[in-house]
Amino acid sequence: MNARALWKGVIVLGKTRVPVRLLSAVQERDVHFRLLHAKDHAPVRQRMVRRDDEGQEVQRDEMRKGYEVEPGVFVIFEKEELAALQPDESRDIEVAQLVPRGSVGPYWYERPYWLAADTGGTADYAALAAALEKDEHDAVVQWVMRGQKRVAVLRAHDGRLLLAALRPADEVVSPEQLEPPAAEEPDAKELRLAEQLVSALEGRFEPDKYRDEYQDRVRQLVDAKARGRKPPRRAFPRRRRPPASLTSALEASLRSAKRGRKSA
Amino acid sequence: MPEETEKTSRVRGFWSGTVTFGLVSIPVSLMPATRSGGAHFRMLASDGTPLARRWVCSKDEAPLADADIVRGYEVREGRFVVVTDEELEAIEPKKSRDIELREFVSCREIDPLYFERAYYLVPTGASTKAYALLARIMEQTERAGIATFVMREREYLVALLAANGIIIAETLRFADEIRAPEDVGLPATKKAEARRVSALQHTAARLHAKALDEKLLADEFAAAVETAARKKMEKGRDVVEAKEAPEEEGETTVDLMTALRKALGSREAGRRVSPARRGGSGRRVGERRKQKRGTA
Repeated sequence: MNARALWKGVIVLGKTRVPVRLLSAVQERDVHFRLLHAKDHAPVRQRMVRRDDEGQEVQRDEMRKGYEVEPGVFVIFEKEELAALQPDESRDIEVAQLVPRGSVGPYWYERPYWLAADTGGTADYAALAAALEKDEHDAVVQWVMRGQKRVAVLRAHDGRLLLAALRPADEVVSPEQLEPPAAEEPDAKELRLAEQLVSALEGRFEPDKYRDEYQDRVRQLVDAKARGRKPPRRAFPRRRRPPASLTSALEASLRSAKRGRKSA
Repeated sequence: MPEETEKTSRVRGFWSGTVTFGLVSIPVSLMPATRSGGAHFRMLASDGTPLARRWVCSKDEAPLADADIVRGYEVREGRFVVVTDEELEAIEPKKSRDIELREFVSCREIDPLYFERAYYLVPTGASTKAYALLARIMEQTERAGIATFVMREREYLVALLAANGIIIAETLRFADEIRAPEDVGLPATKKAEARRVSALQHTAARLHAKALDEKLLADEFAAAVETAARKKMEKGRDVVEAKEAPEEEGETTVDLMTALRKALGSREAGRRVSPARRGGSGRRVGERRKQKRGTA
């Protein structure tokens, strides 16, 4: 199935121009509810009303956007004024820099997209993916989409190109802006034990092992109700574990982790 | 609208519990590493009166209180199955105060496709030793602990990793939220021509840098709006004073950075610090619905 492109652009790296289509790499999985009027099950609608004594409804064309300059003081902007402040429209996805693969902190990432080669771009698309792969670098790219400047990491992904959009700087507090909590230096033994424990619990990241079971249950609930049945309730088990001093806890954990590995 | 409500409801999230690592337990609280940004606008009437959102029935236009509103799942066009709060509560994951690290993986192995949202773990116990030890080991070995946990009635898959001596909890998308390249119709990969590859590598080498240049992430639009707003204010153009403080969207903003610094700096503060942004009060019913991403 060919998904619909969200946007079309051109990756620009030096003289090479790679036309691409942008496709969402995320799909909505949650059960989607509508809000209804309890009495007649008609969907509810939102309306904007004046927050004063009259509480009259205000139509869309009478609404204004207010920017709060000081508490309670707003400067009103017309649509055209805001449009004039937006960056110029362009199809170019400009490569700004290349950074070592995987070096961008996870907290910057917002939402991933797949890129598909657009007409005439197949050979350069394959070459760009291969170049990034060989180079072991991710590209940091910027472009303007729907009046907004966007920044993303462009990375090779088994011969495909993944565009992972990043958050603007003012939306993130990065760890470099913070001081770690003051703590007593761990001693050599603790460090060794902790390291052994981490390596005893070493595994591979297998996302398929995990499921959002709550969403599964919501779906079961909705399906059962649609068929006029009541779904069974579930009970959830819970574990408890004993407290321990840091060193003895590490030692005991290590013993049990090793046992676990052998029997597995 | 769903996107925006999602944003606010997640930023408000606040969780305290225990990270367990073998038999070691580390009491922590969770604070957001992200906040809503950009130029923030309020909807006003043309005379400057703040506007409020009200629900009405789409059929008879009757104004609705929270109690008049139910949640419906559309089985077919215009036909809904109503699901109650109680029914959803009954299937909620059991509240748990544990993040149990049972597996450590190489940080590089986690594809950025999965990264959803970051939180900071703030130690809240009397001792920070175990916290510092876990942070140090994860940072040194470039490993991330993988766990699932329950926060605000939802199940999350999370990677715990450390940077600068601080433990980050990055929530991950579940595998069924990700579309594979084949799912979106990407064609089979083509063998790249060596000549083109080396030409691109050559061009790319000139743009090599050690790390992400955060200046690229500056929100220039927000800055431009701020400047333009100041100019208009100086000239007295289009300035209105709100007659009342808008209660609904009003957010008393505790600066997130300040809150995080305070929480990481002192154990006492760690316990008391409230989420960086709190929304208005009295929206209990809406609260739940927002999580369900109801649109209307």
